[in-house]
Order: sequence, then C-alpha cells, then structure tokens
Amino acid sequence: MPQTFSPKLLTANHLQRGDAIYWAASGWADTAAAALLFDTEASATQALLQANAQADIAVGPYLADAALAADGTPYPTHFREVFRTRGPSNYTHGKQEQADV
Amino acid sequence: MYSYSDFDRNFVSRRNQQFRAQVARRIEGALTEDEFKPLRLMNGLYLQLHAYMLRIAIPYGTLNGVKMRKLADIADRWDKGYGHFTTRQNIQFNWPALTDVPDILDALAEVDMHAIQTSGNCIRNVTADHFAGAAADEVMDPRPTAELLRQWSTDHPEFAFLGRKFKFAVIGSESDRAVLQAHDIGLQIIRNAGGDIGYRVFVGGGLGRTPMLGKELREFLPAADLLPYVESILQVYNALGRRDNKYKARIKITVHENGIEEIRSKVEARFALQRAAFGGNDQRLLADIQASFAPPAFVSAPIDAFLARQNSDPVFRSFTDTNLSAHRHPDYTILTISLKAHGQTPGDATSAQMRAMAWVAEQYGHDELRISHEQNVILPHVHKSDVPTVYDALHKAGLATANIGLISDIIACPGMDYCALATARSIPIAQQIATRFDELALEHEIGALKIKISGCINACGHHHMGHIGILGLEKRGVESYQITLGGDGTQTASIGERAGPGFAYDEIVSAVERLIYAYLDLRNAPDESFLAAYRRLGSTPFKAALYPSVQIAAE
Ligand code: SF4
Repeated sequence: MPQTFSPKLLTANHLQRGDAIYWAASGWADTAAAALLFDTEASATQALLQANAQADIAVGPYLADAALAADGTPYPTHFREVFRTRGPSNYTHGKQEQADV
Repeated sequence: MYSYSDFDRNFVSRRNQQFRAQVARRIEGALTEDEFKPLRLMNGLYLQLHAYMLRIAIPYGTLNGVKMRKLADIADRWDKGYGHFTTRQNIQFNWPALTDVPDILDALAEVDMHAIQTSGNCIRNVTADHFAGAAADEVMDPRPTAELLRQWSTDHPEFAFLGRKFKFAVIGSESDRAVLQAHDIGLQIIRNAGGDIGYRVFVGGGLGRTPMLGKELREFLPAADLLPYVESILQVYNALGRRDNKYKARIKITVHENGIEEIRSKVEARFALQRAAFGGNDQRLLADIQASFAPPAFVSAPIDAFLARQNSDPVFRSFTDTNLSAHRHPDYTILTISLKAHGQTPGDATSAQMRAMAWVAEQYGHDELRISHEQNVILPHVHKSDVPTVYDALHKAGLATANIGLISDIIACPGMDYCALATARSIPIAQQIATRFDELALEHEIGALKIKISGCINACGHHHMGHIGILGLEKRGVESYQITLGGDGTQTASIGERAGPGFAYDEIVSAVERLIYAYLDLRNAPDESFLAAYRRLGSTPFKAALYPSVQIAAE
C-alpha cells in the first residue's frame, strides 16, 4: 500500500535576501499564508521541479507538511517551519516584524 | 597585537574581489547554487532559517578598539544592530543580504579582519586561552603560536579539502580555559624539567555525535618542531581519515579506529621526513610574531580607590567577586564583561555595547579585548585603580552583570532560532533558566556552575562539557531536551553522562531547578561545587531529583 500523501506547501530561501519564501499561485510569496497547498504527490512534485528551475530567485526549494486553518489559510505544521514563518523567538526580527499581529 | 603584513593585506583583498565577482555571477545566473555554495562557505557565509549568516573570524579571540568599532558599524549598517559571539571566538551576523556581503568583507579588511576558513572542511579559526598574556599562571602567551598556526593554515593547499573540519586550540598555562581536549589538536605550552619551552600535544578531541576527549600524542614537543609536527599529524589524518561517511570523518574517529599508538608511530615517521623541510624559516617568522605580542607597559599605582569602593559599594563588590580574575601583575586584574544579562541572548552585544567596550578597552585596557569561548568579552589588562571607572562605564551600557561562572553564565548556541541544522531552540531555554534563578535569588548561593546548551547533536554549545548539559532534540514532532551531567571542559576534562529521557520545552527549566535544589541539599559544604558533589556522589541522587516519579515507581 502506498502511504497516503499528506498535504504540502513548497518553500525555499530567497537568493538575495535569504528569507523564507513560499510557492504561491503567481510565483513566490513572502508569507506561508499565500502559499499553494498541494493535495497530491503529483502536483507537489511538479511544482518542486518548476521551483528548482528558478535558481535565480529561490535557494534549496523543498516540500513541507502543511494544513489549512479554519479560515482556509495554509500553514506549515512542523515547528521548524512555523518558526520560519515568524522569525527568531529572542527578538522581534524577521517576518514577525512586518506582521500586523 | 599582530598587524597584517602587505602579503596578508593583498591576500585578503584579492579574496574579497574574487568573492564579489562570484556573488555577481551567482545573481546573474552564471553560477548555480551547487557551484556557489562551497565558494560562499569558504568565505564564512551560511544560509540559515531566516537569512544569510556571516561568520567572521576573530583569531584567538583577540580584538582591539578599532576592530570592535568596525564590528559595531557593520551591525548598524548591514545587519540589525547587534552581533553574536560564538563558542569558537568568532562573531556572527544573522541578517546580512547576499548583495551586501562583499561590502561587509571590504569593511572588515580595512581593519585586518576576514571571514576566510570559518566554514568548510579546512583548518578553522585557531582558538586560544582568552586570558592569554595576562593570566597569573601562564608559562607563555599562546597567541604567537596561534598566529603562526593561522598563517601556516590559511589557504594551505594541502589542507584545503580535508575529510572534515579541523580545529586547533592553544593554551599557555596549566588551567585550561580553552577546552583543549575538545579540539582536533590541542596544544599546551609547557616548560619541561630542563627549563625548555615546548608543547604538550593532544589529538582527536571533539564533541558532536561521538564526543571524545583528546589524547596525549606527545608529552613534550620542543617548541621549534611545532609546524613540522602538526603538519605531520594533518598529513597522517589526510591519508588515513575516512571520507566514506561524514560522521566518521573527524580525526577523533581516525584516532579511535587506528589507536593512539598507531597514529603516534605514523606521525613520528612522517615527522622525521618533514622536519628538514622547514629549515628554520618558521622560527624566524615566529620570532617576528612574538615581538608584536609584547606585553603592554604595566604601571604601578596605588589601588586605594578600588579597595575603598569594594568596601563601600556591595554591588560593585559583588561584581569584583565574580568578574575579576588574577593577573600576572599584582596591581592589574583581568575583567570579564558578561554578555549574559539575565533574560538576554547569551553572546549577543548591541552596536552601542560594542562601542562602549571598545572605548573602555582603549581608555583603560591597553586597547585589548578578548572574546571567550564562553561567549563573554574580556579586558585582559585593567589596572585595579581603574576598575571603578570601568565598572561605571560598563554599567551605563548594560554590561555590568555580575554572574561570571555562575548558573546564568550559560553557553547557548543559536539553535532553532537561527540555525538551519537545529533540532530545537536553545536561546529561550538559556533565557528562562537565567531569569528563573535570578527571581529565586539563588545564583550566588549555588556558586560555580556551568550550563551549556546545544540545539542539535553537533554540540556547538559544548553541552557534553557542561556540569549540566542540555541538548535540544526533536521527539515525535516537538522539541525535547536531554540532560547530561558531570561534564567538564577544563584541565580535569570529562564528558557528561546522559541522565535519562528528555524533557519537553515547558518542563526543562523546572527539571534544572529540581536538580539544583537536590544539589543544595546534597553538598557537604557551601564551597563544594555542583561538579565536585556530582563526582563525589555519582549520578544516582541527581537522577532521582530529575525523575522523581520513576523513583517512586521503582520503590
Ligand atoms: S549545535 Fe546544532 S543547532 Fe547549535 S549552532 Fe551547532 S549546528 Fe546549529
């Protein structure tokens, strides 16, 4: 039996800035909330191939486990990936600087 | 302090030009990431969780005011106004943009600094005792040796692609303040019975997933034989060391698998051939280097003001009790500036703090600063009469925390707040432990205690060498913290023993608290340290405190 596919988002680091970026409907986005959620292995793999071809923008693209929040926004589920959506916990630096929360 | 020669300056400037062109080619698309990555790593540039990170070498942890100020300027201009000092006496900037890094490297070169060989499978920044040239118990200043090793190893073509990274540490006294036995090669300058200076050579120490203490390879190596001898060690390692498995590639595994006798005989055989090749040039170079490390002109002056302030100001007194160490000159002291204010990130300094430290060093410290592997900053030569003024200046800059060697003087690696390899966070654990014991007002009562925290098995936070070590791991999708007990990074080195199952993120601080209360009950006198009590009693009573429910179940 093949393992059931758990939904994924596609993420990488921005070549020039270095911050986390996410594969969205129209190119790369800066937030996970804008990410596309892949429900099938085929769609996820295809996006990863496309992302790999964009080496001038993205470094090291990979798929990360994700889910949809109640309001329909995608979010990564692993704590490492959650940290990447925010920034470090010792200073309000990184993405949380911009976040209007 | 050593100043760059024209040769050094040209070399660094050419490397910077090369790297600038490499960055441009990467951005244009002429280089792939696979091609670019080894090039950026050779220049200290990592890509981490949230941004690039630039690791800059501070050779043997030695800086002056001008260099420290330049680091402050870089922090302000290209980063977020602070820098992070590491356990390898380096500084890391956590937020540079790729396109700014060539400018940062040029700025560093203006003050004889660079980021070369702070990454990759080469000989890394050579570390040394942070009290070098000042310690009361010193046989000889280890920095000239460290500088000779730096020059010899920089861009050494034979050792640019080793099986794995390679770390040297050098000390010049019996007290080991540089964790010598956790290094691939550890050198201790000693004087033998005949009065000659030489080196006691350790090899094969290292932490990471297979922690091992360095073993003595040579009891006494005559000083003049240093370079041919260490070159022989590197050659033997380069030939024998494994390249099939990166977890077995460090020299500690080569020594372990071949045995120290076998390594010794191979090194000696190689050394017999190598020795002639050096012909004394290295020793002439060393003599020049030694001249640039001549001790400052110490002055004798009354220290009444210092003693009077100690008697009248208990807060100052407490600072001098914890943060001063014995200097070789009786009127001087070694002053350690804590970068561990309770609740702050261990090893971080703001640009304003860097400037304040530069200023006090220039005014009152013979223009010398050191970075310790314990992530603090040292003023190695302060006249005691100046300590009150220095203290007041540091206090204004938020740099007068009196906690050196105490429970809140914690080593913590960047962990999962920054590091791409991390399996858990370390910084918030350090912050919470420091804050908790500050609130309990117990830290002076507890006395000497070293807590060291790593955010993954790579052990950059030296957790194995902590009296209490904490290793952050991932267990079933959450952060989990494993405790080791009884580690020691000094001349009585030992590797900590794993205490038992890990603790969750929100349990670990309370677990440490239980451990400390148990120690306070168990010690036979207030001056019996945690480590001494652990060595006397063994792990059982400490484990019982950590895992009370397990003990109840077993009874
Ligand atoms: S110990 Fe692990 S998490 Fe910490 S800095 Fe080293 S590699 Fe990163």
